[in-house]
Amino acid sequence: MSIASYIFKRCLLAVPTIFGVTILVFFMIHLVPGDPAVTLLGPRATPELIAQLHHAWGLDKPLLQQYLLYMQRLIHGDLGQSFFFQLPATTLIAERTGATVLLLVTATLFTVVVTIPLAILAAIKRDKTTDHLIRSLPIATLGMPSFWVGIMLILIVSLRLGLLPVGGYGQNLPEHLQSVILPALTIALAISPMTIRSLRASMIEVLEADYILTARAKGASSARVLFRHALRNALIPMVTVLSVNMGWLVGGTVVIERVFAIPGIGGLMLDAIGNRDFALVQAITFVFAIFVIFVYLVADVSYSLIDPRVRYN
Amino acid sequence: MSTLAPESTAHHSLSPDLPPLAVANVKDGFRTRWYRSRSFVAGLVILGVIIGLCTFAPLLTPYSPTQQDLTHVLQPPSAEHILGTDQLGIDMWSQLLYGGRTDLRIGFLAVILPFILGTTLGCLAGYYGRGVDVGVMRLVDIVVAFPFYVLVIALVFVIGPGERGIYIAITIVGWVSYARIVRGEILVAKQQDYVLAARAAGFGAPRIIVRHLLPNVITQAIVFATADVVLCILAIVTLGYLGLGVPPPIPDWGRMIFNGQQFLTTQWQLATFPGLAVVATGVGLALLGDGLSDLLRPE
Repeated sequence: MSIASYIFKRCLLAVPTIFGVTILVFFMIHLVPGDPAVTLLGPRATPELIAQLHHAWGLDKPLLQQYLLYMQRLIHGDLGQSFFFQLPATTLIAERTGATVLLLVTATLFTVVVTIPLAILAAIKRDKTTDHLIRSLPIATLGMPSFWVGIMLILIVSLRLGLLPVGGYGQNLPEHLQSVILPALTIALAISPMTIRSLRASMIEVLEADYILTARAKGASSARVLFRHALRNALIPMVTVLSVNMGWLVGGTVVIERVFAIPGIGGLMLDAIGNRDFALVQAITFVFAIFVIFVYLVADVSYSLIDPRVRYN
Repeated sequence: MSTLAPESTAHHSLSPDLPPLAVANVKDGFRTRWYRSRSFVAGLVILGVIIGLCTFAPLLTPYSPTQQDLTHVLQPPSAEHILGTDQLGIDMWSQLLYGGRTDLRIGFLAVILPFILGTTLGCLAGYYGRGVDVGVMRLVDIVVAFPFYVLVIALVFVIGPGERGIYIAITIVGWVSYARIVRGEILVAKQQDYVLAARAAGFGAPRIIVRHLLPNVITQAIVFATADVVLCILAIVTLGYLGLGVPPPIPDWGRMIFNGQQFLTTQWQLATFPGLAVVATGVGLALLGDGLSDLLRPE
């Protein structure tokens, strides 16, 4: 199968999922017990205001027509109007994207930096004490609330040692970078046990392969075998592991942005919840889902570029 | 290895020289060997202590977890208040014990519905295949496309905070893992001789699924459930931290951490101890799950 047709097929596969996502997000507002307009307006609710909101949200039309309208707007890039800010949701989300993307990229980088040495160590010291220690990490970290880990990092690194800002995002790029170190570290610590486990497993598998034996027989040094031959091949599954955990990573940013007062999309979502801004919550939920689907897609395609065998399955 | 449902007597009459009933062995083995798994015992002890502390909370603390005392706010740990008091003068040790009652109870209960729903759909998808399988797996793909916390937070928000919202949100998101695990196990198990024999014996699909397949595939789901309880407790605590959990004044570890964060510079213990309680619960359940998966693995 050629690259182009693989990518095309893989994109087609994402279509029903995206379609399903729109249905779930669209019907979310119908899960609101009672009338969302009444919930939003609270004591200010008058029949006129309620009718006005129903009309604005299209709730006065039949369900199917509402969904078709929603889809029509979506296709034109309209994610709805924030009731609280009186601005298009896309504008608000676009403003906050930078901080979230910087946080995500830094967190992914930290995850890789933490994972590779520990996974290699565990793989070459297989079944020794070091390996057992590294493998028992998930037992300790599985139950750690990531927001609490973040608060503990603030307590130790920022308050006691005074090394990094307590929170906020700063005004310029150097300050932004400084501000995302602790939140990114928090997210990386939450994900690493999973990525270490996967990379260790694939390292062990690769280390037992014939071509490693060949490399050793040729007299290649241990370091060369490990880094040139084994790691390069073991890293391929790492792409998958990272993309599979992307859902956690992205979901984690929502909570972590709140802990560190980072003005990202997650923070915007929580603000919208505080303002009972249904349309904005809906829009952000949709954007997050599309982002994750996109990451899965990119991971699959890049995987097929690195390892052509994938395309034939 | 081929495992046999305890009930497949029809199978015996078809081919008498079968391996012994493996499922029965696993169960007997579990009964006689559970104390030999160090992690299982350690997990049991840790959880036992935590559940014991929460259950006997009224005997272990003289203070109410909701009684404010504005003359004794933000007290450091002392003989009177062993973990100090919060910004409203509420005893922290009492809040910790009663908060555990809330979070552990909801955490354990929240696993039940996803377990049942996911196992059922996983069984149907795995056994019937074709359209049923495609339909269920499409649903799985859709739910998995949402980041876990984004969907849970959005759902709790629209349904409304409190216990009911938490149960519904966790069920909508959480069934996927059970469905995937059970479906995978069924796909393998349904090719086994004992299932083919049961079919040949003319048993209907419901009987084969419930009496023959389920006992063999449920183990993995149970092992996952112990880890899932941890995830549920984390979700509840996180929702509490974000102000979307159980409403005040019901004590909850998440809200305690949120309140404590504001006094981090002076009263670090306020945010630290509720977090340690979550971590201890997590370690206990993780050890229990580890031990359980070792013990339930057929030899």
